[in-house]
This record gives sequence, C-alpha cells and structure tokens, in this order.
Amino acid sequence: MKIAVCLKQVQARDAVLKINSAGTWIVSADVSFVLNEPDIYALEEGLRLKEKHGGELLVASLGPARAQQALKEALAKGADRALHLDDPAFEGLDAYGAAQALAKALAPEKPDLILTGLQSDDLGLAQTGVILAEFLGLPHSTIIMEIEVQEQSLPSTSLREAEQRRSLKVKRELEGGWFQWLEIPLPALLTIQSGINKPRYATLSGIMKAKTKPLKKLTAAALGLMPADLAPRQKILKVYVPVKKARAEFFEGSPKEIARRLVDKLRNEARVV
Amino acid sequence: MPDDILVFAEHVGGKLSRAAWEVVAAGQQLALDLAVPVSCVILGHAISAPAAEAACAELQEVLALDSHYLAEYTSDSTTPALAEIIRSRKPRFVLFSHTYQVRDFAPKLAASFGCGLISDCLGYRRERGRVVFVRQVFQGKFYADVEFAGEPPWFVTFQAGAFREDAVRRGASPAQVTAASVTLDPTALRIKAGERFRAARQAVDLTQAEIIVAVGRGIKAPENLEMARQLAEALGAELGASRPICDSGWLPMDRQIGSSGQTVAPKLYIALGISGAIQHQVGMKGSKTVLAINKDKEAPIFEVATYGVVADLFEIVPALVEEIKKATGS
Repeated sequence: MKIAVCLKQVQARDAVLKINSAGTWIVSADVSFVLNEPDIYALEEGLRLKEKHGGELLVASLGPARAQQALKEALAKGADRALHLDDPAFEGLDAYGAAQALAKALAPEKPDLILTGLQSDDLGLAQTGVILAEFLGLPHSTIIMEIEVQEQSLPSTSLREAEQRRSLKVKRELEGGWFQWLEIPLPALLTIQSGINKPRYATLSGIMKAKTKPLKKLTAAALGLMPADLAPRQKILKVYVPVKKARAEFFEGSPKEIARRLVDKLRNEARVV
Repeated sequence: MPDDILVFAEHVGGKLSRAAWEVVAAGQQLALDLAVPVSCVILGHAISAPAAEAACAELQEVLALDSHYLAEYTSDSTTPALAEIIRSRKPRFVLFSHTYQVRDFAPKLAASFGCGLISDCLGYRRERGRVVFVRQVFQGKFYADVEFAGEPPWFVTFQAGAFREDAVRRGASPAQVTAASVTLDPTALRIKAGERFRAARQAVDLTQAEIIVAVGRGIKAPENLEMARQLAEALGAELGASRPICDSGWLPMDRQIGSSGQTVAPKLYIALGISGAIQHQVGMKGSKTVLAINKDKEAPIFEVATYGVVADLFEIVPALVEEIKKATGS
C-alpha cells in the first residue's frame, strides 16, 4: 500500500505570539515551529499501516524553508521520502490554494491512501484534507479514530488489482461520545483525529537514516501551477487580540490566603462545600 | 435567486437539531441586514416532520429534499444533492453550523463550485457594505476578520453557540414547504455508512455529578493526577478531563468533557490547567459555578469562570485541599 501523509508546520503551543505591524498575521521570527498536533497522529497512523501492510510512506508539506525540519522529523520516524512544496507564491495560501498545490504534487504519485490531520493549530479551518479529496476525485471521511484495512478474498490477476480491491473500515467520531463505522474503498483520503494512537519518538538510528532519504523540493512552476490556480477564495483582513469578556472574580495573594478565600466563596456563595 | 441566503438545517431522529436552529437564526439575522430573503434546505429520507418544524420559522421557503439515498448521511450523497439545489437556486450565501457532519462535506461542496468556505465563524460584521466574518485563529489566542474573495456562492459555517437558538423568529403563518428532487448517480456513492454507536464502556456518568474537578494540559504529567484526585476526594467530586489528557491515556475516554465527550452542568466545576478552547467550553459552560486555576491570564477558560486564580496550580491545589478539609472537618 502506498500511503501519503500531509504535514503542516505550525507555531509551538506554548509560543508567545505577537501580531505583525500590518496586523494581518503573527511575527514568525523567534517563534519555534513544530509539527501540527493532529498531523503527528496522522503520520503515526501512516507508519503503523505501512508496518502492518507493507508498501511506501510518502510525506508532503507546503511551507517555507523551515518546513524541511518537519519533513526530516517524519523521515526520522520512518517515512520513506518527502516532498517539500516551497515557493514564494505559496505564502499565505488559504485552504483552497494549499489543496490545489498538494493535489498537483500528489496526483502523479497515485497513493492508495492519503492521511491528513483534521485541522491545523494556526488557521484551524479543518478544510485542506477534504478539498484535496475533492480535487483528486477520492472518497474521504473525517475525524477518524480507527482504521482497519479489509482484504478482499476475490481471486485477482495482478497485484495492482488486489490493491484496488482493498477497502477500509474506519471509525468516525461524531458528537457527544458517539461513533460510526464506515466502509470506504481505496484509494481514499482520511482526516485523523488526535488521540487515535500513541505517536512514537524518532530514534537516533532513525535520525541518522533520515539523512540519506530523498527530500524533493517542488516549486509552483514545477507543479504547473499558474497564479490563477492559487487565487485566494478568502482573505484575512485583520488579526487582533479579542476583547475578553472575563466576568470572573479573581483572587490574588499567597496560596494559603487564596485557598481560604476560595473556600469561603464555595461555602457561602456557591454553597457546595 | 442570486441574492438569497440558504441555510442548511441538520436533523436527528426526526427533529431539527439545536445546531439547525442556531443557523436558522444566523440566516435570519444576515437576511435582515442585507434585506434579502432566506430559505432553508433539509436533506434526508422521510423528513416531513423536521421540514414542518422548520416551516414554523420566518423563512421564505423550506426545501425538503427526500431520497432514500440520503437516509444515512455520507459525504458522497449529501454533496451532489446539495450542489444541485445550489445550482438551481443560486444563493449568494450558504450557511451551516460547524458540526461534525458539516465539517465532513462543506469543504468538498464549496470546492466543487471553485468557491471559498469560511469555517467555524463566531459571527459577522458589516463594514462599508461588505460582510466580514470573525473567526478564531491560533487556538483562540487571536481573532481574525475574514472576507470572501472570488465569486459566490459563498459558504460559511458558524461555531456552536455563535447564534442563539431562541433568537429564531417565528413566522405569522407556516413557510411554504417545497419538495425538491435530485438525481443521484448510485455508482458515485462510494462510502457505506454503518450504525451509530456509543463507546461500549461508559462507566462514568459525569452528567449526574454535582461537583467535577477537571484537569487539562497544565497538569503536565500523569503522576500529578494524584493531586487532582485528592481535591476531588475532599469535595466528593468526580474527576473529569479535557481532550488532550484522555488522548494521552492519562485518564479513560469516559472522563472526557467537551464537544466530543460528555456535556456536564454540575453545581461546581473546577478547571485545573485547562485553557478552555471552545470544544471544551461547549461541554461545561452550563455549570452553575466555575472555578478556574490557570497560570495563563489570557486563557479563554476565564471567560466562563465565576472565580479565577492566575497562579501555579501545583501551589494552589494542595492549599485548597487543606482548607477544604479544615472547613468540612474531615
């Protein structure tokens, strides 16, 4: 099975973020960037499927030079090769544009399965994977918590045919603790929910091996993308700090003092102690 | 009609969902602001009850698209069905609630038109004749004003609670319900949906708890849960958690509170090191009293807290346990 995992590099969760002077995005300098959390789970799921069913695992990331670090991390964890979509024209793309570029990069690869995280920690649109499925004409499902590969017992004449007869049984998360099993034929795209597995850490030997694994850079021109293909469908006008509607009564002082006053409130106002 | 607004209303078990009413409220508000009509579309099989329910709202029309292919939701059936309605009606805006189902197909639907989808919006503003949508970015640390580029139809999803269910205006007389038809190609329906089910082991029913002590990322390590347990024990409380704690396996999934876990409304909810992302708030904001302890004073949890402490929870919690024991004489 050939699996492709799309990865995005985002600001670290505990990074102190500042808004840029134009008020349109954050200042990226001095911010540490990491793999988007749901994408880490998607990568782990891809690695496990490859280990169980054989085949190849390809990772792709769209981003500036720093995104190479994310790809190298994936290679160190066990991905076989990486595609880095890097071009000034890709800067600030919306989900539609990013999916256009990823579709061009992945279409010739003909993966049996594409995995993405369900959303990014920066924009949080939860769209890129689903749009990518539409552009590639693939069936898809989202917010997946379990994947089973179903082998078909039909006699087949070629290996490729056997691959095409495989389907997936996937567990999709619904709201309020509900789930649903779906059957979806390959090739397909799934967006992965955090918590589906326990992601591994890269080993030292993995990091060493990663140095010799292929990492290919792809520009807009190399992908045959015209400016019109990347035209935005939505524009961020302004990024700003929200006006907090904090209504909480705050307590300050020594821990003991705070604890005493809290217990007083919980006893006399909330009447729960 | 080219200026109209179309809202997509979800239904569960023959009834419109809360999310459906919220987006009807959004559609009515935007229609009023833009002085255009708003209609509602319902998809499914045997949907006369939810269609009649929607018709109580002040709407130009309720489009009921009934097909046995739509009996159980899949993205493969819903997307082309809704696309056909949009092609014939040509609305300017198509509005949704940002539910798990909508997240599954709306990006595909918008992309099939070559159009944009602004997802998970908190609301919108009118600015010099344009409509600007407001949404959270960077995990709620900042907001962004976003507008559409390119041609309509423009697709928007609104976050749960962005509009109020009780803001829906009822019509003087029921809106017209129109049966819409659509031709679906059965060979293009690639996905087979199975039964819906709940996780088998739902040992803990947090919905009945009077007091809940919930922990988030701020607890840092599984061994620190003991401290939260002591607080829970001192209060006779149940232990709950935000999603990342259950994802890491530090507490079982049936302790999870939020949009993908349980929705609780205890008398007292103590949030320890929980930042309070919207997915968590959805599950606990009905609590009568909320005490939040977090070292980040910008944490969104303080927006729904009654009492707030900006401090290191590893200093506050032990002191709190001691004071509670003193007060209750245990």
